[in-house]
Amino acid sequence: MANGERELPRPTPETQNFWDGTKAGELRLQQCGDCENVYFPPRHFCPGCGSKSVAVLRASGRATLHSYVISHLPAPGFEPPYAIAVAKLDEGPKMMCNIVDCPQTPVALVIDMPLEVSFEKINDDITLAQFKPVRGQ
Amino acid sequence: MKRNSVAIVGAAETTELGKVPTMSQVQLHADAALNALADAGLKLSDIDGVATGGHNAVEIAHYLGIVPKWLDGTSVGGCSFMLLVRHAAAAINEGLCNTVLITHGESGRSGLGRHGSSIFPSLFQQQFERPFGVTRPPTMFTIPVLRYMKDFDLSEETLAMVPVVQREWAGKNPRASFKDPITVDDVLNSKMICYPFRLLMCCLVTDGGGALILTKADRAKDMPQKPVYIRGTGESAETPMISQMADFTSSAAFKVSGQQAFESAGISHSDVDHLMIYDAFAHLPIYGLEDLGFVGRGEAGPFIADGNTRPGGKLPMNTNGGGLSYMHSGMYGMYALQEGVRQMRSTASAQVPGAEISVVHGVGGMFSASGTIVMTNVA
Ligand SMILES: [Zn+2]
Repeated sequence: MANGERELPRPTPETQNFWDGTKAGELRLQQCGDCENVYFPPRHFCPGCGSKSVAVLRASGRATLHSYVISHLPAPGFEPPYAIAVAKLDEGPKMMCNIVDCPQTPVALVIDMPLEVSFEKINDDITLAQFKPVRGQ
Repeated sequence: MKRNSVAIVGAAETTELGKVPTMSQVQLHADAALNALADAGLKLSDIDGVATGGHNAVEIAHYLGIVPKWLDGTSVGGCSFMLLVRHAAAAINEGLCNTVLITHGESGRSGLGRHGSSIFPSLFQQQFERPFGVTRPPTMFTIPVLRYMKDFDLSEETLAMVPVVQREWAGKNPRASFKDPITVDDVLNSKMICYPFRLLMCCLVTDGGGALILTKADRAKDMPQKPVYIRGTGESAETPMISQMADFTSSAAFKVSGQQAFESAGISHSDVDHLMIYDAFAHLPIYGLEDLGFVGRGEAGPFIADGNTRPGGKLPMNTNGGGLSYMHSGMYGMYALQEGVRQMRSTASAQVPGAEISVVHGVGGMFSASGTIVMTNVA
């Protein structure tokens, strides 16, 4: 095992709702009431138009593998080699994640393959939104 | 900004590059600064503007015994020095100061007196990237590349040609860290760092520094070095998070910065005799060539592999050997600027004969920020 523990997110007032969501098994995005922009990461206004009329949008959890690397470098809380990926959500935004329930190899990790969200509880406060391959399609 | 109204009149790197265990970071700044002053025939007391990135500008001014009239500490990663040249030229034109010293020093390898990151931490990155195991630049900067490789059918072999060609330039440079020729097989057989990136696709980690001195062009005529004029400039920024790049195959910051630089310089691509594109990793010259508009989308890999940027090619690029072979302290932008100056002074180790216009393009962070400088030796 690599030394140390994985760095954990430190939620802020603007992001608490997202982290409350992952804890409750929901992937939460935000949508602008004025220009309909769906965005991530969360903030109290729309980065597309500046409107403060924004609402939480529960994402479907469906995504595709937009890009990734397989790191062979040591990292606290990780056992190399491990993939660092970016999922492109069906709703539009992109999220960094790890790909779970999947060999960490170029053969298994195919660009554009369908993914679905998989919540990984780290402790009582933090649950990460990870992604895994959609099976049997 | 007014074209050619400001000139680089002093330019130097630290006396030693590579492994410099005798100097902490602040002394690397000072070593380069004193070398640049000697190059310009100036004294410390002639400097009234101080700028640096990745280090407290106040400490640099104090360490050198300067009480400046103008100060800039823009710190957005390795391209900070392109932005500082731009800001300094504007300040000189505005009359805020007369003679600006821009310094860089970084004990990247030895870690002596080194601060943390040269970039402010990002709130969003802490929460939405770092938990997924991103650590050092090879685990972040490389993330968009598989997307590019699929969309534009770029092979690992073609990507490997970037370090191969740059090593050809490094072979002509006595100060380069690595000079021995390499092949595509050498690159693809080197140690895997972060798939699909092997060791030879990643930059060096070294100690060193560099400094530039800028003043009004009309003063430059009476100074010892051939003036290198600032003909055009650009800068931009996109995101502190690599995962939030709008397009994984193109940098918005590169495009905005490059376009401003070309337009302010009043040049077209065919006017460019010499090009530097910051190469922390092998894909950066590919993104840079396309986002600056030298080639079309998806064409940069074959353009490099076909030899257009190698010695004798029609667009000599990264002629010092680049961050992949020359040196890379962490904030490489200063060394790209130094090579641009040497080419414009006709003093480069691998001199491009008759070069009159050099474009020096930098990146900061992981496609986070960008700065572009167009230099010329023609007033
Ligand atoms: Zn909006």
